[in-house]
Amino acid sequence: MPFDTTNPEKLRAEIRAWLAENCPAEMQDGDTTADSICWGGRNWTFQSDAQKQWLDVCAENGLTCPTWPQEYGGAGFDRDQEKVWLSELDRINARLPLQSFGIWMLGPALLHFGSHEQKLHYLPPITRGEIRWCQGYSEPGAGSDLASVQSKGEDKGDHWLVNGQKVWTSYADKADWIFALIRTDKDAPKHKGISFLLFDMQSEGVSTRPIKLISGASPFCETFFDDVKVPKDQIVGTENRGWDVAKYLLTHEREMISGGGSGRGAGRSLAKVLADAGHDLSEASLRTEAIACDIEEMSVALTIERYKDQAAGGKGVGDASAMLKYAGTELNKRKHELFMSAGGSEALQWDGATGSLPADWLRTKANSIEGGTSEVMLSIISKRVLGLPG
Amino acid sequence: MTNLTLTEDETMLVDSARGFLDEASPVGKFRELRDAGKAYNPALWKQMADLGWTGVLVPEDQGGIDMGHSAANLLAQEMGKTLVSSPFISTAVMAATALRQVADNPRAAEALGKIASGDLTYALALDEGVKHAPHNTQMQAERVGNGFSLSGEKTFVVDGGSADRLLVLARTGDDDGALTLFDIPADRDGITRTAQNMIDARDSAQISFDGVEATGEDVVGSVDQAMSVLNPALRAGQAALAAEMTGLSSGAFGMTVSYLQERKQFGVLIGQFQALQHRAAHLWSDIEVTTSTIANAGRMMDEDPDNAALAVSLAKAKACQTAKLAVMEGVQMHGGIGMTDAFDMGFFMKRARVAQEWLGDYGYHAEQIAKIKGY
Repeated sequence: MPFDTTNPEKLRAEIRAWLAENCPAEMQDGDTTADSICWGGRNWTFQSDAQKQWLDVCAENGLTCPTWPQEYGGAGFDRDQEKVWLSELDRINARLPLQSFGIWMLGPALLHFGSHEQKLHYLPPITRGEIRWCQGYSEPGAGSDLASVQSKGEDKGDHWLVNGQKVWTSYADKADWIFALIRTDKDAPKHKGISFLLFDMQSEGVSTRPIKLISGASPFCETFFDDVKVPKDQIVGTENRGWDVAKYLLTHEREMISGGGSGRGAGRSLAKVLADAGHDLSEASLRTEAIACDIEEMSVALTIERYKDQAAGGKGVGDASAMLKYAGTELNKRKHELFMSAGGSEALQWDGATGSLPADWLRTKANSIEGGTSEVMLSIISKRVLGLPG
Repeated sequence: MTNLTLTEDETMLVDSARGFLDEASPVGKFRELRDAGKAYNPALWKQMADLGWTGVLVPEDQGGIDMGHSAANLLAQEMGKTLVSSPFISTAVMAATALRQVADNPRAAEALGKIASGDLTYALALDEGVKHAPHNTQMQAERVGNGFSLSGEKTFVVDGGSADRLLVLARTGDDDGALTLFDIPADRDGITRTAQNMIDARDSAQISFDGVEATGEDVVGSVDQAMSVLNPALRAGQAALAAEMTGLSSGAFGMTVSYLQERKQFGVLIGQFQALQHRAAHLWSDIEVTTSTIANAGRMMDEDPDNAALAVSLAKAKACQTAKLAVMEGVQMHGGIGMTDAFDMGFFMKRARVAQEWLGDYGYHAEQIAKIKGY
């Protein structure tokens, strides 16, 4: 890593100089739309040379996953150093070099539960954008009641033989590997018989079928396992204790869905977003709603920051993360209703001047369903945070 | 880097404040004051001075502990939890912040010392209409010889009935911004104070000024430059009040959750009903989110005061919405008992209503945010 991290001001100066030299101008366009994201993976097609160059130079220096230890491909930044990095990216409107479920979900779970060998094996390819992961959680009969998963793994000595079906697997058709909840003890109570397994999506017996959504897009798939052989060393944590890993990981998923990962971009004014789209907010109700959304957005972003500060200080956020997921996703839906309103009839056309807005608007409706519904979040808060009776 | 969690010193301050207030000023003490027709308890104010709280924003040179705005907000938040009634925000937060802008002036320095020791209280005489609008001040300070003659009416002067001194905002010219801040004793000739019978049972006065004489020495800062002194004071007060309201929200919410855990209907605890659970969880979320905005406002005022306006208005705007919801849900979930005077929830509701209006309500601060962000 090219930086001296002993002093925050020095680090800031060094990062600023490094970015000036290494961040391609095309990657400084402030684009945070879904289409601009670099997901990586075996089959990834870079949208531009600049996108590849930006990913590679960041990966070489541990900056795709700046808080991960250096030996696993990160930069070893602490929370304050990460803030410096993110604020300098914000300053020049730089895109994030890489985003993925590997970074947001599997990585944190592996760092917590994985063996040293597993970390060395799985984490560096995530940081380099070489392997793209998907999450095999939900099943047709296990949605809000996730611990009811029925996909089963039979013990065959050196491997498990996995059969079953997952659903709502995000980007399963584009992913290289999957982390999945598989029932390895059918006789145990439902939370106590699940294992957290990792396997290659190219394994024999894995197939996917995209689900077309109301937005017209197919970000989710049905995923089928038909006699898939999973070697015994491809388990995270202890056999039948996969629920612990799953719960830990869900916490990270909630934080991700609530704030787009880092709370970045919250300083941007909704007024500017709307003005750029050609809306002058002259109608009183639109202006009022825009200001209200802006207030909520700033407040939620600050709460994400506060919770991260708290976590960095060693006080786990735990079940309170359900609040971030609830507040963040409800806000995102509200904002997109506002955008649609501001867009008027133009926003009613799939290919109108508002671009992907109609599809984005429809996509946001899933935010308060995926990763645990708003109602599940409220139940988690009321029972586990407030201690209200079951 | 700015950190939105409490420092060790702040955690200790909160713990000791809570311990002291639970003993010295639980909600029951507020009820006693209300029943006795008193707005605050001078003995408690003296104790708060002994603890250093009245000097929380007073420089050490003038005998304060100078812990900064984050600390002042935390004290206000703890006071809010048990509805502590005192001139803390008027005197220790706003007047102290205004005067320390000009602390090189010997009169201001002396006043700061007396604020810290608990021997002097202040009220800010700003508003003239029913909504907070300091820029619309009409009250005139006419130049007479070397001094001024103040005439006009101020309303909703919080703590104005009991304060020793007043910071009075008056017009000294025709230009929009030609306003001057005067620091005068509350019993000066020509001042008439009329108590306002407030729903929260606290001190507020309507004050008329009839040719009140003021000298150049009474001017805080410079003539026509009130806002350079007043703006930091207003922001400090708004943030502290937002913190008080968040404490108030937590206090009301704590009572409500306890009630959900003990009240039985239809043979079960009402806290088992999902309709109530989810509303309680939503309210808790709002309080958490608001707490973040308060922490941010404190940090911004301490670390980058020139750019704190957005953070402060955000905190007050959120605090207004959250306090409103907290007390409405508080009454609704308590049912009939929540409507009775014998039960404390009504005190929370009435204080929340007054605190929303004081120093700018949600609409006022939403408008400030809109201006700053270019709507």
